[in-house]
Amino acid sequence: MWDYSETVKEHFYNPRNAGPLPEANAIGEVGSISCGDALRLMLKVEPESEKIVDASFQTFGCGSAIASSSALTEMIKGKTLDEALAVSNQDIADFLGGLPPEKMHCSVMGREALQSAVANFRGEEWKDDHEEGELICKCFAIDSVMIEETIRANNLCSVEQVTNYTKAGGGCSSCHEGIEEILARVLAERGETFSPAPPPEKKKPGKLSTLERIRRIEQVIEKARPNLQRDHGDIELVDVDGKTIYVAMKGACSGCQMEALTLGGVQQQMIEALGEIVKLVPVKLKTPPPLVNPS
Amino acid sequence: MSTPNSLLKPIYLDNNATTRCSPEAVAAILPFFTEQFGNPSSMHSFGAKVGHAVKAARASLQKLLGAEYDSEIIYTSGGSEADNTAILSALKANPEKKEIITTTVEHHAVLHLCDQLEKEGYKVHKLKVDGRGRLDLAEYQALLSDKVAVVSVMWANNETGTFFPVEKMAEMAKAAGVLFHTDAVQAVGKIPLDLKNSAIDMLSLSGHKLHGPKGIGALYLRRGVRFRPLLRGGGQERGRRAGTENVPAIVGLGVAAEQALEHMKEENTRVRDLRDRLQNAILSAVPCCFATGDVDNRLPNTLNIAFEYVEGEAILMLLSKQGIAASSGSACTSGSLEPSHVMRAMGIPYTAAHGTIRFSLSRENTVEEIDRVAAAVPGIIAQLRKLSPYWNGDGPVTDPDKAFAPTYA
Repeated sequence: MWDYSETVKEHFYNPRNAGPLPEANAIGEVGSISCGDALRLMLKVEPESEKIVDASFQTFGCGSAIASSSALTEMIKGKTLDEALAVSNQDIADFLGGLPPEKMHCSVMGREALQSAVANFRGEEWKDDHEEGELICKCFAIDSVMIEETIRANNLCSVEQVTNYTKAGGGCSSCHEGIEEILARVLAERGETFSPAPPPEKKKPGKLSTLERIRRIEQVIEKARPNLQRDHGDIELVDVDGKTIYVAMKGACSGCQMEALTLGGVQQQMIEALGEIVKLVPVKLKTPPPLVNPS
Repeated sequence: MSTPNSLLKPIYLDNNATTRCSPEAVAAILPFFTEQFGNPSSMHSFGAKVGHAVKAARASLQKLLGAEYDSEIIYTSGGSEADNTAILSALKANPEKKEIITTTVEHHAVLHLCDQLEKEGYKVHKLKVDGRGRLDLAEYQALLSDKVAVVSVMWANNETGTFFPVEKMAEMAKAAGVLFHTDAVQAVGKIPLDLKNSAIDMLSLSGHKLHGPKGIGALYLRRGVRFRPLLRGGGQERGRRAGTENVPAIVGLGVAAEQALEHMKEENTRVRDLRDRLQNAILSAVPCCFATGDVDNRLPNTLNIAFEYVEGEAILMLLSKQGIAASSGSACTSGSLEPSHVMRAMGIPYTAAHGTIRFSLSRENTVEEIDRVAAAVPGIIAQLRKLSPYWNGDGPVTDPDKAFAPTYA
């Protein structure tokens, strides 16, 4: 049995707003019956104010799917559509007192149902960009799709690199075999053969002058930008202070759930380009909070 | 006034997952943690006494299996180790043979090993099953050849209870000069066995499936079968499985084997009748559900029901709230993206495969318990169907305009 929080159990045993909503004027239907979770979210929306006056759900799914659906309806009732759209899957999970990593997709399904219902109300076509993969790293809840995409985007070729970029494999090590299988598959796509041996260490560059160092930093930033711009985001160099490099995350990258992952990837490339350990800090963290004196 | 759920005695119907270690087995085990602590390999009296106990347990297992010699029993840490030992031994002992035959519905102890062996260059043939979980023996016969190192086929499926005709399949393998192993973890202790009069070369069993302790199992290895150990080291088990014997568990397994033999008739009469009573009660009270597998040819204690349009983990949680323990083949219970490989292999549709519940009984269950479960299930299914987008009041949604069509289904 999963280790569900009391809130999850409460919402599962006593789901709120369950069943059909005949007067619904916004309906979202998402899920994957092959994976065993599917949700129909029904909203009654006041047309003028776009306020959600009622919400209900029907779910085919496990305890956490039902609890996530119930929580979502409670969270969005009384909100406008735009306010409701600001609810993230993490908000749903937090409302429930957390979900096991294997069950986080239930909260994602809730958020997607909401997006689908809003699009349905506004006469828009909603297309999910959701692709869920098998959960590979249970320590850090990283699935196969994220690992595959990171390998492709950054030309990774070893488990160590995957760990540096995604955290996957940095915990109990039980997923290393799975990561190697993904590496073998993705490397085969680009005509390469995966070797479990770590890649040969690159020759460390000699000491760089300040100007050369800044140029290298700029080159790494420039190399990263097209990928981010494709997702309506961007990154910009702000300042360099010794081993700390300050950057500004812009557009969709700013406040994105994947911001830390993006920064981690760019930081790794920066370390490789400079041949030294550096830290990438988003500009909002430039002024760290004062240290609390424990005494 | 009804008794609150919290005060009801829990009902355990998950005996294919594990069984309660019998009180007699526990009583027999305990002295081997205290006064009888010797190493059976030791030459002094402390070891000798313990050595006799290990030998006595082996004789009990020999009797349960209907084996010709007690030396045909090798103690292991459990069913998974026995499965791995059998298959890997066959490959190492026959290095010129690079093929394996198994089925799509084996336990993961066999399937995952075979998947790994496939990556290492072996050719693995997985026999398919039909909608009732049955094999096609003609397909099997066609695959048997001198290239096959070993056939590994379970005696009874852990999810549906369906029997495979392993004695017949072993004869066919023998005729082709191929070693035959059966994972009999679910069958041992539930049905009479007579290995000495069969062509089965190797058989795996597990102690905790027959009211013995966890962490102990055995591999039956027919005398004369070529063998290579999985664990090398000391000379325990005649050099076939290194490591100091888990004496307390071995003693417990011996007692469990004796008791299984004593209760064999009960298992195939009273327990089977209880299972049938539960099946009939549920199928007659709950619409849109069916028993999976080969219902006329299965373990006497096992009932696997697919409840359409609801999900298994949710059913388990509601059963658990009423003190009832069972298990499910849904994806959600395992945290995977796919429902049970057994259900998929039988072609059970997703809307039913995710809603499978396995009730597995034991000699400890009573009529009262079965009736309580039978009374609880219909309400639970109805409760969840009220939440299901595939269900419309008293039946599945049939109106195409109201059909549920999730975006990335």
